[in-house]
Amino acid sequence: MTAAADSAPERIDTRDTTPWSTYIVVFLAPAAIVYTIFSIYPLFDTIRLSLYAQDANGAVSFVGPGNFVTLLTDPRWSGPFWNALKNNLVFFAVHMVVQNSIGLALAVLLSLPALMGRNIYRTLIFLPTMLSVVIIGFIWQLILSPLWGVARGFLASLGAGSWFAPWLGLEGTALVTVSLISVWQFVGIPMMLIYAALLNIPDDLVDAATVDGANQWRVFWHIKLPLILPTLGVVAILTFVGNFNAFDLIYAMKGAIAGPNFSTDILGTFFYRAFFGYQLQAGSKTMGATVATVMLGIILVGVLLYLFGVQRRLQRHAL
Amino acid sequence: MIGFAGLPRPGRIAVHAALVLYTILAIGPILLVVMNSFKARKAIFGSPLSLPDGTSFSLIGYDSVLAKADFGLYFVNSLVVTVASLFFVLLFGAMAGWALTEYRFRGNLVLGLYLAIGIMVPIRLGSVSILSMMVDLGLVNTLVALILVYTAMGLPLAILILGEFMQQIPKDLRDAARCDGVSEYRIFFAVILPLIRPAVATVAVFTMVPIWNDLWFPLILAPGRNTQTVTLGVQQFIGQYVTDWNAVLSSLTLAIAPILLLYILFSRSLVRGLTAGAVK
Repeated sequence: MTAAADSAPERIDTRDTTPWSTYIVVFLAPAAIVYTIFSIYPLFDTIRLSLYAQDANGAVSFVGPGNFVTLLTDPRWSGPFWNALKNNLVFFAVHMVVQNSIGLALAVLLSLPALMGRNIYRTLIFLPTMLSVVIIGFIWQLILSPLWGVARGFLASLGAGSWFAPWLGLEGTALVTVSLISVWQFVGIPMMLIYAALLNIPDDLVDAATVDGANQWRVFWHIKLPLILPTLGVVAILTFVGNFNAFDLIYAMKGAIAGPNFSTDILGTFFYRAFFGYQLQAGSKTMGATVATVMLGIILVGVLLYLFGVQRRLQRHAL
Repeated sequence: MIGFAGLPRPGRIAVHAALVLYTILAIGPILLVVMNSFKARKAIFGSPLSLPDGTSFSLIGYDSVLAKADFGLYFVNSLVVTVASLFFVLLFGAMAGWALTEYRFRGNLVLGLYLAIGIMVPIRLGSVSILSMMVDLGLVNTLVALILVYTAMGLPLAILILGEFMQQIPKDLRDAARCDGVSEYRIFFAVILPLIRPAVATVAVFTMVPIWNDLWFPLILAPGRNTQTVTLGVQQFIGQYVTDWNAVLSSLTLAIAPILLLYILFSRSLVRGLTAGAVK
């Protein structure tokens, strides 16, 4: 973190050997303590809890990998688990394809030099990202509701009224509809990150290519896109972590049972039900911890793949 | 250089058309809800796309929301949680960021990496254990529980961003102060803190918005009547009065209003933070 070139070489030599002074402890302790107790410890304790089981009387006993075996083989658990994982992958795929391409396209348009009204567009398009997922969920639930008829009326005015269906209520379309609502809300994040990366490309590079006769498309594909690849990598991993940890939107729109018939169930809602129970199934701390540990594993695999695979290659490429 | 101005006229029109269409798509749904919250029930269904006028204007939705739900309390709760968490994130984050960038000591790098784990690993996955801990501490259904968790959640990014910003402060400033025998604490609080105000504003927005908007931790740690935040309160209210369209639309508008106001006031510094370093 402190890799900046230092003008005083003797200080570099003493790095990592200087003992701690009181003021260093005072500066670091509050952050380190709060973070360790309420962030790192609970994560490790959750992993520990996943190795225990709780019986009806609340007595806790060590079962090793027993909960994971239950999760993956007991039909009461494995069916919902694979369903939630599959839905989560669809949720993620829709974000990667739709959200990130629209974000890229908007960023490219916004970064065109001498574009009038750039700030207004940027500010307004980013607005939904600032609002609560819960509010966004309810807003779209109202708009898509056949009761209100706004969506149907809008389609009818375009001559496509017969296309309308209660998409949120149909098993076949609910998941994609919810994913697209989330895309609509968060498209501002890839847009802003890519926009910033595009602005950082030195003018000389673009000018040189233009002088050599390259048109806008060629400049984009051969010069700009390769240079913003590291940013696209960051966007991808942020999308991945955000999606595999999502909960609020589904819970607000569809409740903890993620209907219709669990067709919008993702790992976040599955985790909530495992932990707190629903209908006839009692909640279980240890099974909740097991699901959380699996989610943690999935996210860690994604992050490590990104750090050691994608990011390294991209940096070599960029250099 | 060839840019937007260099495009042929139809090209320029197409760019604006695409951006205008997307802007309408982005804010249309929000405007629709805000607009209809000021209308009578008949007008909401009869002419949803028109602005409220003399005959359709009505505040009945707001009346029933304010009568049935304790919105004032939700706002106070959200405000207390957000402001307190923000204060601790900024103070502790700046202190730790300063120690990590300024001083060279054993374990500096390892500690930096340790504090960065939270940027990628969501604290939400530790909820099972966080809830048991809060039960043991007797903090369930208190705002303190939320403040502690949100402080832990906001610190990693704050330390990273503030630390990077502090690196750019000229070394002469603090070296001059040290020569004058000023203590390390005074250097930080009197010299460095005032200098990092722009970065603090950016981190503040990044930290504040997810806390204000969060549903998960209020739902799990503080679902009680007296500790509900705006997001949770609205979620519960709508669940209960889902058929009262006036009330639903008004409660959504009330929930949007503070963030909208904040965004209008601070969008400049937020956008500057998001596109940091890109000066054009």
